[in-house]
Amino acid sequence: MKEAAALLAKEKGSAFVLAGGTDLLVRLRTGFIEPDLLVDIKRIAATRSIQVTPGGFRIGAAVTGAELGEHAKLKKAWPGVVESANLIGSKQVQGRCTMVGNLCNASPAADSVPALVAAGAKVVIVGPKGKRTVPVEQVPVAPGRTSLKKGEIIESILLPKRLSRSGDAYLRFIPRTEMDIAVVGVAASVTLDAKGVCIDARVALGAVAPTVLLVPDAAKALIGTRMDDKALDALAAACSAACRPIDDKRGTREFRIKVAGVLARRAAQIARKRAGGR
Amino acid sequence: MPLDSTPQDKRAFKVVGTRPLRPDGIDKVTGRAKFGADATAPGMLVGRILRSPHAHARIKKIDTAKAERLPGVKAIVTRADFPDHTNGDAALFDILYNIMAREKALYEGHAVAAVAAVDAHTAREALKLIKVDYEVLPHVTDVDEAMKPNAPVLHNTILTDGVEPKPRKPSNIVRRYEFGHGDVEAGFRRADIVVERTFKTEATHQGYIEPHACLANVGPDGQGELWVCTQGHFMVRDTCARLLGMDISKLRVTASEIGGGFGGKTTVFIEPVALALSRKANRPVKVVMSRDEVFKASGPTASTSIDVKIGVTKDGRITAADATLRYQGGAFAGSPVEFGAMSAFACYDLENVRAIGYDVVTNRPKQAAYRAPGAPMAAFAVESVIEELAHKVGMAGIDFRIKNAAHEGTKSSYGPTYGPIGLLPTLERAKQHPHFKAPLGPNQGRGMACGFWFNFGGQTCVSLNVNSDGTVALSVGTPDIGGSRASMCLMAAEELGIPYDKVRAIVADTSSLGYNDVTDGSRVTFATGMATIHAARDATRKLCARAAQIWGIPEEAVTWEKGHARPAGPNAGNFPPMSLAEVAAQAGATGGPIAGHYEYSADGAGVSFATHICDAEVDPETGATRIVRYTVLQDAGKAVHPSYVEGQFQGGAVQGIGWALNEEYIYGKDGRLQNAGFLDYRIPVCSDLPMIDTVILEIPNPGHPYGVRGVGETSIVPPLAAIANAVSAAAGVRLTSLPMSPPRILAALEQQNAKRIAAE
Ligand SMILES: Cc1cc2nc3c(=O)[nH]c(=O)nc-3n(C[C@H](O)[C@H](O)[C@H](O)COP(=O)(O)OP(=O)(O)OC[C@H]3O[C@@H](n4cnc5c(N)ncnc54)[C@H](O)[C@@H]3O)c2cc1C
Repeated sequence: MKEAAALLAKEKGSAFVLAGGTDLLVRLRTGFIEPDLLVDIKRIAATRSIQVTPGGFRIGAAVTGAELGEHAKLKKAWPGVVESANLIGSKQVQGRCTMVGNLCNASPAADSVPALVAAGAKVVIVGPKGKRTVPVEQVPVAPGRTSLKKGEIIESILLPKRLSRSGDAYLRFIPRTEMDIAVVGVAASVTLDAKGVCIDARVALGAVAPTVLLVPDAAKALIGTRMDDKALDALAAACSAACRPIDDKRGTREFRIKVAGVLARRAAQIARKRAGGR
Repeated sequence: MPLDSTPQDKRAFKVVGTRPLRPDGIDKVTGRAKFGADATAPGMLVGRILRSPHAHARIKKIDTAKAERLPGVKAIVTRADFPDHTNGDAALFDILYNIMAREKALYEGHAVAAVAAVDAHTAREALKLIKVDYEVLPHVTDVDEAMKPNAPVLHNTILTDGVEPKPRKPSNIVRRYEFGHGDVEAGFRRADIVVERTFKTEATHQGYIEPHACLANVGPDGQGELWVCTQGHFMVRDTCARLLGMDISKLRVTASEIGGGFGGKTTVFIEPVALALSRKANRPVKVVMSRDEVFKASGPTASTSIDVKIGVTKDGRITAADATLRYQGGAFAGSPVEFGAMSAFACYDLENVRAIGYDVVTNRPKQAAYRAPGAPMAAFAVESVIEELAHKVGMAGIDFRIKNAAHEGTKSSYGPTYGPIGLLPTLERAKQHPHFKAPLGPNQGRGMACGFWFNFGGQTCVSLNVNSDGTVALSVGTPDIGGSRASMCLMAAEELGIPYDKVRAIVADTSSLGYNDVTDGSRVTFATGMATIHAARDATRKLCARAAQIWGIPEEAVTWEKGHARPAGPNAGNFPPMSLAEVAAQAGATGGPIAGHYEYSADGAGVSFATHICDAEVDPETGATRIVRYTVLQDAGKAVHPSYVEGQFQGGAVQGIGWALNEEYIYGKDGRLQNAGFLDYRIPVCSDLPMIDTVILEIPNPGHPYGVRGVGETSIVPPLAAIANAVSAAAGVRLTSLPMSPPRILAALEQQNAKRIAAE
């Protein structure tokens, strides 16, 4: 991994990490980028495994969507994260695409990113100056731009250990049923106490701002409640209020704001159910 | 030979109506089939086209000097290489202007120059070195905006035709059309209820999977060959030869396999450019469009704006129907508004009817045909109003349609009086269909609509060669876009009395046959089919003559029956019947090769009608729509290969679903297309669709020996309306703009809620 980072650091022209290539190769083919160096990380063994650690899960940077979907333990602990990654593209794309690639492509609409943020995931970054660990939400800084410095590679994603009575979920709105870009994406992660009261929550939105949004007010709307209609209304309102979307070919501002609330409600209900709540 | 014009509806077919494998199927699924981009030639160059980034701009200067000096560049062409050979043919001049911009670039993507180079990289670099000096002009892309008096004018030569007095000031309105009969004003006075609405539809693309591609090869002697993906290689040959000032005989065009066309490949775009490059470079040149170029610079269909007004009596009889249709067809004359206006009310038996159409130009790519060009949008508007009126008079939509449906003897809204037609049978069958009675789930609504298409005949030429082993080679000149080779083999086998797999059909090149019109207008199974039948009959006459020669009896004493030459009766003599193979085996000794031919201009294409039923489910919180059930009932006259007829029914419905729900050309304020790719131009994916159920009705067309009618286009006429009626029923609000994308549906729902709250 260090050698790969060194190669990237040394290159004077434009250099890219190649994971699944489902973003990179498309951009290359259409002439958007003309790279001088591509560093394929798929052959580095450490990037290809999912490890259960005392702290939770360590997911290598080149683990594909299909591999995530086949990992029973991960799926049980973080069903929302896995379902978000499994929404990317089609069967063919699933065989190659990675969550790290999804994150580093830095599209505001990236599907797995809100779920990772709601899960409180972190990434381990290897670079010329050593390793550092940062929360996922600090990686994308603007559409198409990340906070990674020259020569830096993300080595793995860390997902925390799951507490009991916890659940997460991701929903996106697309006009079709697949092969589409999220017009709105909402991820919710909740933990309940024995009585079914929500004691912890994280809610994140995609495609409604230049980068993924972690919405503390949305979490506040749920914590301390049984996630009843009133709490869900407050959640929906908080999510709609947090949106800073644009009007574009994929959807209007009004549409995104309204649907963010609708999906937040639905995602929270699924997360609650997965946490064992009724 | 007397033309067999009595339909043989009672005829028992042996081969026609079966469902054998298509002859081109294996090659297509194994990748052996050669499509447009699959051809290569020694010394081949790569051709690339430089396109205008502006929606409307005067081209002051094109400087190619730097690009010419780039090593590996072999030829560059611009407007200077396309002198006007069109001799006052305005339509041909428009094509010339469209394939290479002249005085102005008229839309984003308009070709401005082209390069042939040794490889793609060099060609791309060369394009960057061409300097074009543009004077950017104000643009207009919306049809209603383009009709306003102060709109930017595209061509100062357009003085609206069809209005009195003819205007002296140029505008974007090319022509006004009017169709109809009776007195609509008087009709409306007799009406108890009148509904009047305005509709809009966005432009859509045929979305064929194969981008335009060709390989041109012009030699130093001026003789040329062209390999091309097209719906009509004879059209390509004649058009290119005329544009480039070549003799038609010096250009041989071969049609490749074709990955879809749907009307979009019935004209030329890159072909004359590739030929001009090849002629200049003296090398073969291949040009393949990217998907982005396909969206920006081929021929999508029109966007429209339509007013419809229909009046009825309390008991549900239409007294008058009136429509004004405005279609923009891109930067040149020829939007399909004429067909829109002709077909708008074709389903109904009307005393007073009028349809007015305006053909409008805008700064968009020149439209090309798209499956029943112009009709789906008109049907969307009319059938939406029909449904609303039915509800207003308290009738079910289907009963209202049955009451007013056109039938044999009805004077159609566009002029002719109908012969035997299949509209009422499709409606009556729809009413009996289980779909019609199935219960609906929550948030679901059911809609229906009828549709009409003319169908065409046209110039056709077919050759049929009998081989010495008793097999048959059939040469047709109409590219196979829907399984027509299989249908031709079926019809030839039926006539000759031999098995289907003894006949092999090919699409022959332009030097092998007489002129054939393009594969369009749902004409091929009808017209090429009829030519095939007659060519087969020509061959059987010759086969009989050979048998007569062998037997030593007069030709008239031999008939062809069940695949054999037989003595016509007991007086003719007692000879055992000779099979086709037996006669063929002796051809060399009895006068040489045996072949059948037929060439004509086909007439008598029977019009075709369909009724569609659709169930849609709308999520009231997000506006997301799902089509949960869909049924097509259509008259095929005679289904030669029922699987391909069903395929046409389903394909039309699916393209209609895309058009109705999500597909649209989205333009920015800068006049540039925002979604020139399949990511944001959303055609349906498989999981978006229910299985499309089909019912084939067979009301024979008297104009074809087997009763065949075209089926390829009618199927896209009703869907926009059927889906709009279903979605409107599910959402509880009438939707009048296509596509009915989730943001549009949600906005309509919110508006309705706001109104309801205000009223309370
Ligand atoms: C047909 C199709 C459908 C798609 N559908 C969806 C969808 O539904 N939802 C969605 O969100 N996306 C979708 N995408 C986009 C894409 O598939 C995803 O973003 C995917 O997760 C990218 O992963 P990858 O491994 O292929 O990334 P790559 O293309 O390999 O890389 C993407 C970017 O990340 C950088 N990068 C990759 N790995 C690292 C690393 N370890 N460290 C630093 N930088 C790195 C690369 O340099 C590049 O800039 C689709 C793409 C296609 C082609």
